[in-house]
Amino acid sequence: MIAIIDYVAGNVKSVQNAVEKLGFETIITSDFEEIKNAKKVIFPGVGEASTAMKYLKNLKLDELIPSLKQPFLGICLGQQLLCNFSEEGNTKCLGIFDLNVKGFPATDIVPHMGWNNLQQINGELLAGISADDNFYFVHSYYCEIGKNTTSTCDYILPFSATLQKDNFYGTQFHPEKSGAVGAKILENFLKLK
Amino acid sequence: MLKKRIIPCLDIKDGKTVKGVQFEDLRIAGDPVELAKKYVKDGADELVFLDITATLEGRKTLIELVEKLSLEINIPFTIGGGISSVQDVEALLKAGADKVSLNSAAVRRPELIRDIAQQFGNQCVVVAIDTKNIAGEDFVFISGGKIQTQLKTLDWIKAVTDLGAGEILLTSMDFDGTKNGFDIRMLQNVAEVCQLPVIASGGAGKMEDFTELFNETKVTGGLAASIFHFNEIAIPELKNYLKTQKINVR
Repeated sequence: MIAIIDYVAGNVKSVQNAVEKLGFETIITSDFEEIKNAKKVIFPGVGEASTAMKYLKNLKLDELIPSLKQPFLGICLGQQLLCNFSEEGNTKCLGIFDLNVKGFPATDIVPHMGWNNLQQINGELLAGISADDNFYFVHSYYCEIGKNTTSTCDYILPFSATLQKDNFYGTQFHPEKSGAVGAKILENFLKLK
Repeated sequence: MLKKRIIPCLDIKDGKTVKGVQFEDLRIAGDPVELAKKYVKDGADELVFLDITATLEGRKTLIELVEKLSLEINIPFTIGGGISSVQDVEALLKAGADKVSLNSAAVRRPELIRDIAQQFGNQCVVVAIDTKNIAGEDFVFISGGKIQTQLKTLDWIKAVTDLGAGEILLTSMDFDGTKNGFDIRMLQNVAEVCQLPVIASGGAGKMEDFTELFNETKVTGGLAASIFHFNEIAIPELKNYLKTQKINVR
């Protein structure tokens, strides 16, 4: 069973549809035990960082998530919440990826919205992905580049497009909204042992 | 590098796709789900669905259509038409829409933009603006282009930016349906000062119109309907052409 963390503001339906199309059973849940016992966990966060952290805290998921041992995928805000700290709402996050989340400088249009490609591509989540493939991004805050970075993207400045540490994976883009190449990334994640 | 977006727009009336010329004379153009699937396959970057009769007839949104679309397509899509409350938005996002587009309701009740942005994030709030040039000035029209407001288009864009809109869908009523090219003058005036992504709509008739749009203005997306629905321009052909013109597309 793949647990998709229910987050009131998010379009979790698209993630569920994308995962089920790949032949996996899903459950949309915010239940501590269901998440703990799932084979894999996906956190498709959208919205604002401090509100999302409050939500996780109320459900005690801020304690559960860092202790999970199964493959965990944070998408968009879901990836940002796995970092140390976010400038959005000056929010202390879950501290799994050792880097911070910052707001884009207003030197170009913000949010970064649309299709963009990746550089410095590494790691099993991105198997089969090349620098010619484009993914759908929509965000006003970005994850810095650090030792957990497994690919970068360039908009206004270079930032972490994907991150990985142990069983924790993150994508700044939306794989569930990135057509066939996005489905490939979800498939890579779902195949992880 | 961020790619310029090509966005087919499906105007929906009674569950069918239609396209009017300057908002009148509706013609049937097919089943929206089938058309949407075709556009995804063709390489469309996003899709927009506008229930064009919703405001006039007081019709609420098309939850069932959104659920079907969400099952069938794996690129972002926006739903507009008759959205007038946070509850409407919640239902549409839950059904699988990525963004909602507000038009008349945002003009009548601007705080709706802020309320939606606070609850669901700026990224899902598209403000659609129908604009028309009256004696040298651009004014906002509402109710499917039927009612002129006293709002100047530029002022309205600044206001919705401050309220938390994430994107602007800007339709030139003067150019819509003419196929004479996008309203470059208006888009230069407006998009140049706008700090949000702008999707330009109205006037696309040939592939060169998109080159002009992306070379002459700062807009990040070009939207069109009938040229795609009636197979006058195929999206793969358009994208290949734009690549030869050194426009960055997916």
